[in-house]
Amino acid sequence: MTALWPRIEPLLDRVEKPARYIGMERGAQVPIHRPDAVSWLLVYPDTYEVGLPNQGLQILYEILNERHDAAAERGYAPWTDLEALMRSRSVPFFSLDTHKPAGEFDVIAFGLAAELVYTNVLNCLDLSGVPVRAEARRDEDPIVVAGGHATFNPEPMADFIDAFVIGDGEEVVGDMTEVIGAWKRSGRVGGREAVLHDLSLIMGVYVPSMYEVEYDGMAIREVRPRYPDVPSTVDKRTIADLGEWPYPKNQLVPLIEVVHDRLNVEIFRGCTRGCRFCQAGMITRPVRERPLEQARTMVAEGLKRTGYDEVALTSLSSADFSGIGELVSGIIDGQEEACGNVGVSLPSLRVDAFTVGIASEIQRIRRTGLTFAPEAGSWRLRQVINKLITEEDLYAAVDGAFSQGWRRMKLYFLIGLPTEMDDDTLGIAELAKNVVEIGKRYTKAASCTASVGGFVPKPHTPFQWFGQNSSEELQRKVGMLRDATRKGGVKLSWHDPKATMVEGINSRGDRRIGKVIERVWRSGGVFQEWSEHFKVDRWIEAMAAEGLDIDWYTTRHRTGEEIQPWDHITAGLHKDFLWQDWQSALAEHGLPDCRWTPCYDCGVCTDYAIEHVVASPFAPAGGSQGTGQDLSIGGAVPVRFLSKPGVGVAR
Amino acid sequence: MRGEGAFPVRLRFAERGKVRFISHRDAARAFDRAFRIEALPLALSEGFSPRPKVSFGLALSVGHESIAEYMDVRFSEPVDLEALPARLTAALPEGIEVTGVALLADRAPALQESVTAVEWELEVAKIDESEVSAEEISLRIEALFETKSLPVNRIRKGREDIVDIRPALTRMSVIESGSVGIVLTAEIATQPAARPSEVVTVLGEDLRAVRVLRTAQWIERDGNRQEPLIADAARVSEARAS
Repeated sequence: MTALWPRIEPLLDRVEKPARYIGMERGAQVPIHRPDAVSWLLVYPDTYEVGLPNQGLQILYEILNERHDAAAERGYAPWTDLEALMRSRSVPFFSLDTHKPAGEFDVIAFGLAAELVYTNVLNCLDLSGVPVRAEARRDEDPIVVAGGHATFNPEPMADFIDAFVIGDGEEVVGDMTEVIGAWKRSGRVGGREAVLHDLSLIMGVYVPSMYEVEYDGMAIREVRPRYPDVPSTVDKRTIADLGEWPYPKNQLVPLIEVVHDRLNVEIFRGCTRGCRFCQAGMITRPVRERPLEQARTMVAEGLKRTGYDEVALTSLSSADFSGIGELVSGIIDGQEEACGNVGVSLPSLRVDAFTVGIASEIQRIRRTGLTFAPEAGSWRLRQVINKLITEEDLYAAVDGAFSQGWRRMKLYFLIGLPTEMDDDTLGIAELAKNVVEIGKRYTKAASCTASVGGFVPKPHTPFQWFGQNSSEELQRKVGMLRDATRKGGVKLSWHDPKATMVEGINSRGDRRIGKVIERVWRSGGVFQEWSEHFKVDRWIEAMAAEGLDIDWYTTRHRTGEEIQPWDHITAGLHKDFLWQDWQSALAEHGLPDCRWTPCYDCGVCTDYAIEHVVASPFAPAGGSQGTGQDLSIGGAVPVRFLSKPGVGVAR
Repeated sequence: MRGEGAFPVRLRFAERGKVRFISHRDAARAFDRAFRIEALPLALSEGFSPRPKVSFGLALSVGHESIAEYMDVRFSEPVDLEALPARLTAALPEGIEVTGVALLADRAPALQESVTAVEWELEVAKIDESEVSAEEISLRIEALFETKSLPVNRIRKGREDIVDIRPALTRMSVIESGSVGIVLTAEIATQPAARPSEVVTVLGEDLRAVRVLRTAQWIERDGNRQEPLIADAARVSEARAS
């Protein structure tokens, strides 16, 4: 093993935030590299401050280091200042824990949370001295793996990644370690092809080189496995019970400020609210709650170990946790013994009075800002997207919040949703203005920020067939909203429509987009999530150079018959269910949450023989829960309660 | 620093190794977490948003090491001073070590205003990596002290100023040849102040600092110089040598 630290250290006096590169956080593991064990480098391909808090990476880091046949370290993309110094001195990409060269690991695994990090993956590989294209790698090169939500459409990155993990990583990394370890100990018998073939047989692993794609003009004619035993459809991997995975046990405490700089405890995984634009909610089904007692222990021990004074109870809709009230009051009341006050934050708040009640309990001291996400400006459009928040729900929640001392409201919206008309868009300004009006009854300082982002249709959602708005159209809508919010105390913020277009190219792209990603990277396009580095012209030029039409990939409506690039990957959702839900959307029909109402058979539970794991068959508080649903039929659902029968995952 | 049941303490700590790359603010946050990890009874300020009563001395620049950093903290009740250094060191990042604590006397003045001089150990080398001798550096130091003024450019809040650092330089001498360059010691006043990088600049534009270590801070009272831990102490407890 070569430690690179003596060569990195002299460079750090010349770069911004040098502590990004030193490691040694509280909670950092001491990896033991044995020659016959499999070494993993887990990379978040963005800056340290963005990547360190990533829970998926921290979970796998611990799970792998607990194994005797594996060791894991972490890596984050160096900022452009350090990268330039590294390249000029031939210092390769390195791990943070022991500053070992990335190329010396058996596996380099990337977490892909979103599409705009793709070019950074190529850059990290190149800096490691590993060929960026999978086909050029030799037996002794690391196996390049990727996981994370973006891999549910792996095709744009198929040229660069040896094996994708689809779904929950907790179990699959163990299976992969065994396959790669056996191959390594055998003296790499059969070469790279053999180990990749074996990896492709693990449930939840997709090896793109095991499949051939045949085109018919622009359309995909067929995606065919190259061996008879390679599955024609790759199923996602799902852990049946979150209670069996109380990770991270030693959350990392960074030495410098990072995003989400607090203790994070995941209270449930999966969401069945059924918001049709939301890929996370579709691909992470079913709902699996962490047992209340375990959540309590993780919070209490985590605060004690880390010294943090804030804990976030994370999930896709935290107020829906069965024990949310008890959990929150337990933390708040327990703080008398602790050192000072402990703050609790709940990402993804629902819009209703119950939520405001919880918020007022957890923000007893600083009541400055509260965020809600109505997502669309009119009730009609909210029915289309199945975010069934009535205006009454929103205004009541906002009134409650202002009356209890909050002064700033932030509202999240999407623009460019299916069936959206200008009246729907202008409804955003109307809602925000009314929120300010309500606030003025309580305080002169009342304000409301409307934050709008362009909608990007995502694979495995009912909107996967929808042609997204062009960047010009999104820009026009932003302009319209700017005009409409000039008066009335509303602040408007928006996401760059050009970045939305690029996300769209990658979100629903096929294998041909790989060459575009490579061109953008070769032209210097890294850190595309950072506005100072994002230049849309690089993408436009690369698409043109590859003879690919941006509109074909982004604004074109797909037909039901068309083979989508990700059709050989499944999250368990039946294609007819998604199509039916798309038709219901166009008919403005909502769909209830199946946690508390009978199953409509989306396909996930039935196909994988798994079920919701929730502690209560009833919604956690009365009323509509901000969904507009009639929940009187709640309790009729075949939910599995928090016992632990050995429900296996179908293989 | 007064109040009922209050227990004001001054800490001395070292910051060496990789951890030198964190900022002064990051170090403050690390102490904040260490107090919580050890469940120490921090006194909180009164008011709408109670904050722990912690105050740091002079800032340490990113990349500089120190064996003489100080901070004042107020506990709401007495804590075991003997055990405090080891408890905090265990809860702090690797490389930050609490080396001594003192119970502060009542009405102790604020750290930042009290410190009058700072000592540094600087290892300097040629930028072009050519050899430099201890004799040459000694001659350059002598020449410095013969000048009347040493103007340097200083950027503060985006504005460039020319500052004379000659009055800040009180003592400088070569210690030895180091692993890379020449190690020297410099004593610099705080009013007016000079930065170690500025001292290296006036020593020669062809030099750079390869290592900067703060070795001491001094408080002057009635013509006597004292270490901050002693200067305002009611009771002192040094950590056992580690």
